[in-house]
Amino acid sequence: MVEGFLNQLPIGLSIGAVLLLIALGLTFTFGQMGVINMAHGEFIMAGAYTAFLLQDFAGRSAVLVALPVAFVVAGLMGLLLERLAIRHFYGRPLDTLLLTWGVSLVLQQVARDLFGAPNVQVLSPTWLQGAIGPMPYNRLFILALAVGSVVAIWLYMNRSAQGRRMQAVMQNRQLAATSGINTGRVDQRTFFIGSGLAGIAGVALTLIGPVGPTLGTYYIVDAFLVVVAGGLGQLRGAVIAAAALGLLNSYAEFWTNASLAKVIVFAAIIAFLQFRPQGLFVLRSRALT
Amino acid sequence: MLSVDRLESGYGRARVLFGVSLEVAPGQLVCVMGRNGVGKTTLLNTLMGVLPTTAGTVTFADRDITKLKPHERVRLGLGYVPQGHETFPQLTVHANLQVTLDASGNPPSALDEALDVFPRLKPLLKRRAGFLSGGQQQQLAIARALVTQPKLLILDEPTEGIQPSIIIEIEEAIEQLHASGIAILLVEQYLDLAMRLADRYVILDAGRVVHAGTAADLQGEEARRLLAV
Repeated sequence: MVEGFLNQLPIGLSIGAVLLLIALGLTFTFGQMGVINMAHGEFIMAGAYTAFLLQDFAGRSAVLVALPVAFVVAGLMGLLLERLAIRHFYGRPLDTLLLTWGVSLVLQQVARDLFGAPNVQVLSPTWLQGAIGPMPYNRLFILALAVGSVVAIWLYMNRSAQGRRMQAVMQNRQLAATSGINTGRVDQRTFFIGSGLAGIAGVALTLIGPVGPTLGTYYIVDAFLVVVAGGLGQLRGAVIAAAALGLLNSYAEFWTNASLAKVIVFAAIIAFLQFRPQGLFVLRSRALT
Repeated sequence: MLSVDRLESGYGRARVLFGVSLEVAPGQLVCVMGRNGVGKTTLLNTLMGVLPTTAGTVTFADRDITKLKPHERVRLGLGYVPQGHETFPQLTVHANLQVTLDASGNPPSALDEALDVFPRLKPLLKRRAGFLSGGQQQQLAIARALVTQPKLLILDEPTEGIQPSIIIEIEEAIEQLHASGIAILLVEQYLDLAMRLADRYVILDAGRVVHAGTAADLQGEEARRLLAV
């Protein structure tokens, strides 16, 4: 019983880490730009298939090579989606939801046509086989990847001119525009980074399971829940909510079954939002309070 | 310097401005006045490109800017301080100024010069803008516009809801900027302030210019009636 309980810990934490990687991207596009991008899940899938394709060239090191490549591939897909479609729907969240849902279905079919309907496998590097106690190296690697991404995002947002510009647009778009900031360009960059992070999450997922055309759909709803529960646009909120959701999911599944676990997670989120509809953290200022 | 010719604008199908025309000469301070809801803020938002122009033209420094985006107008020399002491609340005071400086491409000295106009902000540089008082936020809002080194500064009710001691500082700052040669377009409901500062004034009523003239004319019965003072 105790051993089973301990074994769930790395599973819960690594699911939380993957959710965090996905939610980081959503934090930008949904939490801060107000765009509900249902195709975000397909950027995860694109990242995972990138790792699969790179196996032919990089063998078992494909995961490492794929991290930057998947970031760029998924980022470019996001950028294309923003330029061709989403930018015409800013301020219309329901329309954006429908549009991106349609795009996600198209992308899933494209993946089916290109790679086939059955799942494919990406081989982990040999140095990721093994464990420290109950914690397998591959799940530890995913945790490290999530921590590294959070640190990189924090540094980018707070220490670079581009990050400051992004924050300015997210906090007050109109003021940013009349302060001389090219908001359209910032939107493009935001979408590129947000979608690129989904690509990285996709590569991480290849370490703990097979890759299929609907890979993203298993995680996208939970990732949205992380963003909402963490507080829209709040990095630290996303970190805590992702860990909590990952662990809750994992332990609920351990004690019940996969379907009931989902019910428990959704019920917990609904109950939580009754008490804190604004999420864990919220933008505070004298002007807003 | 700024020439607005038969400008029309609004929100969706609701028209707010009906053929507004006005001029701001280099170095001049023009005050736009009028009661609540007559279209003053709509006029400024249209001048900045935040709202689309449905008819008419806006010319700045001999260039038609009617179709330019807001950031392109800022690059040309329009500085804007919107109503309601707006800031980027989660950024520090310094970051509020720095982000504007980065976008403008101006030298770092532009930031120091803006702070010299409002020395009260200097000890607050590391504080988040959202936690400043209303008066301090307004000073930051004006300083942020000054970082862009505007040729024409557009201010929308800069003293609205501000404590009296800071109103005096803001008024002095506007006088100082005016004296330095920056043209200013000021929306102000505080008649005494407008009469003290303005070279010329324009009164709007129901989206139309109904009176325009020199500051001395503001004493007139008709002007006071239109402003309901």
